Amino acid sequence: MLVDFLFELRRHKLKITTHEWMTLMEGLSKGLHESSLDGFYHLARAICVKDITEFDAFDVAFLSYFKDVHVNALQLSKDLLDWLQDPKKMDQLTDEQKAMLQSLDLEKLREMFEQRLKEQKERHDGGNKWIGTGGTSPFGHGGKNPTGIRVGDQGGGRSAMQLAAERRFREYRKDVILDVRQIDMALRDLRLLGRDGAEDELDLDETVDETCRNAGDLELIFRPPRRNRMKVILLMDVGGSMDPYAALVNRLFTAASRSGRFSKFRSYYFHNCIYENVYEDAAFRNKVPVADLLAKSDRDERVVIVGDALMHPAELLDTGGALYYYHHNRTAGVEWLRRVAHHFRRTAWLNPEPRRYWSRTTIEVVASIFPMWELSLNGLQAGVRYLVRGGQIPKLDAA
Amino acid sequence: MSFDVFDGTDTYIASDALSHSVNVAHALERPLLIRGEPGTGKTLLAENVARSLGMELISWHIKSTTKATEGLYMYDTVARLHDSRFGDGDVKDIKQYIKLGPMGEALSRPKRVVLLIDEIDKADIEFPNDLLLELDAMRFHIRETNEEIVAAQRPFVLITSNNEKELPDAFLRRCIFHYIEFPDTELMKEIVRVHHPDITDRLLDQCLEMFYGLRSQPRLRKRPSTSELVDWICALQKAGVDLSSVGGGIPFLGTLLKTEQDVELVTKRGMA
Repeated sequence: MLVDFLFELRRHKLKITTHEWMTLMEGLSKGLHESSLDGFYHLARAICVKDITEFDAFDVAFLSYFKDVHVNALQLSKDLLDWLQDPKKMDQLTDEQKAMLQSLDLEKLREMFEQRLKEQKERHDGGNKWIGTGGTSPFGHGGKNPTGIRVGDQGGGRSAMQLAAERRFREYRKDVILDVRQIDMALRDLRLLGRDGAEDELDLDETVDETCRNAGDLELIFRPPRRNRMKVILLMDVGGSMDPYAALVNRLFTAASRSGRFSKFRSYYFHNCIYENVYEDAAFRNKVPVADLLAKSDRDERVVIVGDALMHPAELLDTGGALYYYHHNRTAGVEWLRRVAHHFRRTAWLNPEPRRYWSRTTIEVVASIFPMWELSLNGLQAGVRYLVRGGQIPKLDAA
Repeated sequence: MSFDVFDGTDTYIASDALSHSVNVAHALERPLLIRGEPGTGKTLLAENVARSLGMELISWHIKSTTKATEGLYMYDTVARLHDSRFGDGDVKDIKQYIKLGPMGEALSRPKRVVLLIDEIDKADIEFPNDLLLELDAMRFHIRETNEEIVAAQRPFVLITSNNEKELPDAFLRRCIFHYIEFPDTELMKEIVRVHHPDITDRLLDQCLEMFYGLRSQPRLRKRPSTSELVDWICALQKAGVDLSSVGGGIPFLGTLLKTEQDVELVTKRGMA
């Protein structure tokens, strides 16, 4: 019945949660769909879809769900309405409707929903878990398991919660795809706060001190607001083996280049390994000698390199004219990497390649030069933490 | 209370889908999140919803430095210190140094009001999350006076966003969403007529043909929108330009296109 529509939507990767579903039920009970399929379409879309890019998926789901029940839709919503008004009329319902009821017990859903809300608030400040779920709410495993909510069971509320939470966590572990917002959140921590610029913030403590020293004569002290003084250089590997990760790197770039995020932000591109030059554009037209880049950069600037560090060993280790000929390459790539790594106080290499594939490749060599993290939510956060505060460099064998 | 509370006004033509979304949000007492291309009348919607519902409109325009607490209230420390120094006013009465922000105003009004939170994506990325509780419970606490402000009537909240930043899921879950699609020719005719009632059919057809032709050009940085069309027609009428006599070019191109690259592109293609 109608609850299948929820699962149909979720099957199409729409992040519908109980929250939206309850709102939709409320809307239906108030007759906001105006007893028509069109009305229902607009009502459901306004409540369930929060982004223009998801409209299409909604339409597909709507079509596939309602193509057969077109005529029944009116009756269906009426039944649902009756049921919402008088949930006790159970025995008048068909078996099918009873089944639906079992998976959608109103009170219990509300209760669970509130529970979940509470939990979310508590954990939200903490950090990554909630952001990382990408909308896989504790209830939301419907996509794979239509009965996964387990509402009707005896005392089901709590245990189902725990169960759902467990499953969500497992899914999160698999899910290393980051969206811009998650990257944004992680990069928020990449900052060195300092005060400089115009003095336009009242310093209350100083004002009180100065006023006291002034024998009660008011003395207002202003100070500049805190700003991020972090300077960042982003080096990105593009092309070849990095192609599958282009979208991911692009998202990282979008989030990092947002204006006002860092006090200074520069980005350059390279292919496979860093040699004499890096490039200002991904098409490799405007080259910037690495030596110049180093000369013009402060030791305190932070360098973030994104790349898979996977290449032919010769590309990394040999000088030009050796086993593998790389033009102009008089100094081995590994030496250039070392120069970059040694010039800056703190660098971080983010690798989109899953960690389990790192051993016995050129990644191992690169990781011995640059502190390396996986380009996942956890990896990004750990990398940012290192860039800001320093600390332990990850060991490769810990993988 | 009937469901159909809004159906556009005499100066604002709303598509059926938009009216429906407004009505749904109104009936469910949920915030309505409006997205759409710039210039499709997102902010105007709030003014007209307020007018047609006979409610007061309180606007909160978000800037990149706006903090969530500013919308609730501000405690004017400097004024209080100043008064204590010069003996003006009653310094013991903290209340007079508390100034309610737009959201605080909306919650403290005895009547139901329309609260517009304009361009919410301009603010810090955490901004929407800081407002979750206030939008849900419609209440907040003033720390300095230990006062609790609870809305007598839940304000009708309209939120606009230009998609500059992605909004958090927890925030989106609470909203009704509507994307203002770009109007088709028929709807656009109605809209233009609201602003220029005396325009002739012929001129209107010519204008729209040029306008949609311009919009369909690939690789424009910023495609002209409804508000620009209305301005353009206004300029045409004031100057008394007859479109059929200007030999295919577009007069007053600057009212439609706002970047040099676009103007250059269009000129190269021989449209202007």
